[in-house]
Order: sequence, then structure tokens, then C-alpha cells
Amino acid sequence: MKVLIFAEQRGGKVKKASLEALSAGRQLADATSGSVAAVILGLGIGGQAPGLAKFGADAVYVGDDAIFEKYSADVYGLGVGKAAQVFGADVLLFAASAMGKDLAPRVAARLDIGLLSDVTSFTMDGAIPVFTRPIYSGKAFSTVAPKAGKPFAVSLRPNVFPAVEKAGSGQVVPLEHGASASDVKAVVKEILTAEGGLLDVAEANVIVSGGRGMKGPENFKILEDLAKEVGGAVGASRAAVDSGWIGHSHQVGQTGKVVSPALYFAFGISGAIQHLAGMSSSKVIVAVNKDPEAPIFKVATYGIVGDLFEVVPLLTQAVKDLKAKG
Amino acid sequence: MNILVFVKHVPDTETRVKVAPDGLRLDLSEANWVMSPYDEYAVEEALKLKEKLGGEVTAITAGNEESVKTLRTALAMGADKAVLCADGAFEGGDAAGTARVLAAAARKIPFDLILAGKHGVGDDNQQVGSLAAQLLGIPAVTVVTGLEVNGQDLVCKREIEGGTEVVAATTPALITCQKGLNEPRYPSLKGIMAAKKKEVATWKAADLGLDPGSVGAAGAAFEVRKLELPPPRPAGKVLSGELPDQVKELVRLLREEAKAI
Ligand SMILES: Cc1cc2nc3c(=O)[nH]c(=O)nc-3n(C[C@H](O)[C@H](O)[C@H](O)COP(=O)(O)OP(=O)(O)OC[C@H]3O[C@@H](n4cnc5c(N)ncnc54)[C@H](O)[C@@H]3O)c2cc1C
Ligand SMILES: Nc1ncnc2c1ncn2[C@@H]1O[C@H](COP(=O)(O)O)[C@@H](O)[C@H]1O
Repeated sequence: MKVLIFAEQRGGKVKKASLEALSAGRQLADATSGSVAAVILGLGIGGQAPGLAKFGADAVYVGDDAIFEKYSADVYGLGVGKAAQVFGADVLLFAASAMGKDLAPRVAARLDIGLLSDVTSFTMDGAIPVFTRPIYSGKAFSTVAPKAGKPFAVSLRPNVFPAVEKAGSGQVVPLEHGASASDVKAVVKEILTAEGGLLDVAEANVIVSGGRGMKGPENFKILEDLAKEVGGAVGASRAAVDSGWIGHSHQVGQTGKVVSPALYFAFGISGAIQHLAGMSSSKVIVAVNKDPEAPIFKVATYGIVGDLFEVVPLLTQAVKDLKAKG
Repeated sequence: MNILVFVKHVPDTETRVKVAPDGLRLDLSEANWVMSPYDEYAVEEALKLKEKLGGEVTAITAGNEESVKTLRTALAMGADKAVLCADGAFEGGDAAGTARVLAAAARKIPFDLILAGKHGVGDDNQQVGSLAAQLLGIPAVTVVTGLEVNGQDLVCKREIEGGTEVVAATTPALITCQKGLNEPRYPSLKGIMAAKKKEVATWKAADLGLDPGSVGAAGAAFEVRKLELPPPRPAGKVLSGELPDQVKELVRLLREEAKAI
């Protein structure tokens, strides 16, 4: 199969989630004696091609053009669609990032092909790839296969597939994209970074979440301190978000972000079904709650029944001590 | 400003899902069905814009007779008109099939703006809005938490990893709505009564000029092999002892057993 990966870059740096997609693409191509290409769009991004070859790209379509300086799904869609046609892609892979989720359906509709969102694993059934994705925010998993003979697109959930170095031949092909200014109908004007460029829960390997048990916005400081020690992001239950203690971009759950970090801390979160739906695929879950009957303990790997205001500072100190020891 | 709102009828977020005996579908017979939560933001934003700028708000769903309940909710909130797109040919469709149906319906109603939800709870596709926009040849701005309308010009704030993008677009356009955009109103008693009298139009594949082969199961790009529940998590450990000792033990377990820190 010929697999094309959209290599998302921001500020000239290729996203880790795109390298994960590239590695997954390499695996798909190797299983079917196919080949892998990446398409990268932006301005002044020509130097990124060797990095993409290192993770498996046999060809890199480079759209290095002022028209791609600012993200616009209109022209990015044109560019990726063009690359898919030139390469003759059977499969298009995107990272299911904010940009990937915005762009993938635009490309799929443009090419009139099917799209699977947020895939978390795949296997081969002979020559046919079979994909699994969570539905109902992970309350169930759906496994599907593409109908024979038609190209299709897939977005892969970030942080799930490993990015593995495996050299591809990395031939650089300038992309004849054909996009012009009149194609731009919606375009990014400006990017406002969150307070202090905080790590987003959707991208974090460790998440430190607080719920109604945090009692007030000022107390989130202790979670930030712990998050800093463990290199994680701060998450929250909807109760904490709706109380206005923290921004909704931190909300984890069925109507927030669905996350699967290596480590998830739940402090003062009861474990409502909508919260569990968003985090119960985390590899390790630590729950701290005063109430021994709280449902969160049913999914916790480790639980402490106790007052979070005592536990969190002790924990932060213990992690500090551990790091000092090396 | 004439606005179309795409609303989807879904099992509410309390639903405990079960797999049907055939292993290919979910058994949702015990679910309570409601308007998908993000679509409430879409309806609210449409009503706010109408209150400011005038025009009509039309709620559209692709579904079946049951989905009329969600259309009534939109009408009770204040939408002027409602359209149900329903046809046996639409059954078993995927996001692309739904988008074809909704785009065909949108072509029949003059609009300046289409509002949809960020994603439909359940299928979790996060596709239909963008797909429909592409089919209609209009721009889409997704996951929007702030919207300003000045004549034909739109300034949207959209959520991205660790920040916010400011996106400029012009109408006609489609926007998908994220939590934070507004606080959806509850239908008033008066609204609920009025909604009962408003007419719901029903359009079939033929009314929409759709080839039955392009929608429903026939038009779907993938076939389901299996549906399953996630494996139960292995039983965890609840620690005991003095709190400082529990914390020490937790850190030890995280490092040595789970290798997570
Ligand atoms: C349509 C819909 C969508 C929803 N989507 C989401 C979603 O995406 N995400 C989400 O999280 N929720 C969601 N919810 C809300 C969900 O149903 C719960 O209301 C919410 O998750 C509860 O948040 P909580 O656990 O922080 O609060 P609570 O349920 O009030 O729990 C607080 C917990 O803190 C404990 N506690 C209190 N003080 C302390 C202390 N000092 N130390 C230790 N523990 C303490 C208490 O024992 C309790 O267990 C949704 C609901 C609806 C209807
Ligand atoms: N069957 C449907 N009828 C009407 N609108 C829909 C339907 N399916 C999806 N949508 C719209 O598209 C949005 C995204 O849905 P999805 O792509 O399924 O996650 C929803 O929030 C709705 O606004």
C-alpha cells in the first residue's frame, strides 16, 4: 500500500504526533510491500525533509510557499489532496491533533474517500488493515475494515503509537500544489498561547487532575506544583471547570478531552461516568479521595483514601526527593 | 442572517453501553436520547445571532422519527423551523453519508452561516461539519470558543493544543461549536408549547436529489468487524497506614512497579 502522511509543523518543527503517524505508516507499508511518503506544508520548511526520512518517509512532498505560512484548511486541503493524487496514495494518515482533526475531513471530502477518526490500534488481516477506535469516549471500541479497492484516510490518536526511527529513502519532491490566494477562505490570523505556554492535557504523558474536592481556584496551584515535578499537565473534572476554577480546555471527559496518558492523577474527583469515559484508558491511574466509596477507586491502579490537601504537598515533596536521589 | 443548525439525536452521556448479541452493533435500547451536548452550543449561538441580527434559524437533523425529539428541543429553545432528513436509504451510514444528506438539505435553504457541534457524542467522529462544508464549497472553522460577526466577516477563536487560534473567515461559512462559546438556554415553558405547533418538514432521499447508493450502508467506506467493551481494568491497590507512609509507598510503586515516574 502507498501510505501518505500529513506532517504537521508548527513554527517549523514537525509535531511528535506526526512522527508517530509516520512510524505507523511505515509499519503499514512494510506489511504490504508498499511505500511511504510525507507531505509537509509551510514557509521555510524545506529543511524538515531529512528528519521525515529518518522516521520512514521514502518521499517527501514539500510545499514551501508563502501561501502555506498561516494555516488555512482551504489551501492545506488542496495541498494534501494534490500530494495524495501525485503519489497515488491508498491510505492517508493524519495525527488526530487540533490541526489534523480540522484538516482530515476537508481532504477526505475533497478526494471523496472515507475517514476514520482517532484510531488507537491496527492489525493486518492478510493484506487488509483493520483499525480500532474508541466510541462513546472509550465506553466501547469499534473495529472496522476499509471496503475493498478504495483509498481511505485515518487519523491516529496522539501519544498512542510509538515514533520509531527507521530510515526511508527520503526523496524530496517539490509540491506543485496549484493553490492561490483566492482559495483562502478562512485563515489563522494569530495564535494566542495559553498561560505560560502550559502543556495541553491532550498531549501530556502525565496528567494531574483536580475536581470539586479542590474547593476553589486558588488551590489548583498545588496541582501545578506537582505537575511541574512530574512533567505533566493540569486537568480537571467538569465540576471544577463549571465552577470557573480552571479553563474548559483542561476538562477531561466525555464532553472534554479524551486522554490516555501513561499516568493520570485524580484528586478530589468522584469518578462520574462522563469523567471515566475520558480517562479510564490511562495506563496508570492514581486516585486520592476522602470517600472510600468513590467510583474513581474502581478504575484506580493505586488509591489513597484521604485528604488531598495533605496528600498533594507530601507527594510533590516525595517526587522532588526521588529526583534529587536520581 | 439566516442560520442553519445541524443537530444530532444521541444517547445521553449517562448511557452505559452494551454490545448487541451480533457483536456488530451497540444495544442502546435502554438509553435516554437527547440533543448531542455540543449542538446545544450551536443552537444557542444561532439564537443569539438571530436576536442581534434578525433572520431565521432552521434546525436540521439526519435521522428518523425519534430524532424529531431533538428538533423539538431546538424549536423550544427558539429555532424558527425544523427539517428532518429521513429515509430507509440513510440507515447504516457513516459520517460521509450524513454529510451528503445535510449538505443536500442545506442547498435547499438559503443560508449565511451553518452551525454544528464540535463532535457528535457517541460516534465521536468530529467530521460531519467539515465534510459538509467541503461539499458545499464553503470554509469551516472548527472547535470554536468565541465568535464575532461583523457583516460578512467572522472572527473565530478556536481551541488548539496549549492555546487559541484566531481565525478570520467570511460568510457563507460553517462553524463547529465547542464548550465555552456560550451558555445554552433551557427551553421555557412557553417555548415548549410554541414548539409543539411549529411544523417539522420531512425530506427523503428523492426530495434531496440524493443517489441512494451514495448514502447509508451502501455509501459507507468501512465495514464493522466487531464492537466490544474495553477490557476491565485489573483490580487496583488501595493503600493503608499513616498518610506520609502511604505517599512514600505510592511513589515507590509508581517508580518500581508501574515505572511511571
Ligand atoms: C452532558 C454531560 C456531560 C458531562 N461531561 C463531563 C466531562 O466531560 N467531564 C467530567 O469530569 N464530568 C462531566 N460531566 C459531569 C459529571 O456527571 C460529574 O458531575 C462531574 O464529573 C463531577 O465532578 P467531580 O468528580 O469533580 O465532583 P464530585 O462528583 O462532586 O466529586 C468531588 C469528590 O471530591 C472528593 N473530595 C472532596 N474534598 C476532598 C478532599 N479534601 N480530599 C480528597 N477528596 C475530596 C469527594 O469525596 C468527591 O468524591 C458531564 C455531565 C453531563 C450531564
Ligand atoms: N445525523 C446528524 N444530523 C444532524 N447533524 C449531525 C448529524 N451527525 C452529525 N451532525 C452534526 O455534526 C457534528 C459533528 O458530528 P460528528 O462528526 O458525528 O462527530 C454534530 O455535532 C452535529 O452538529
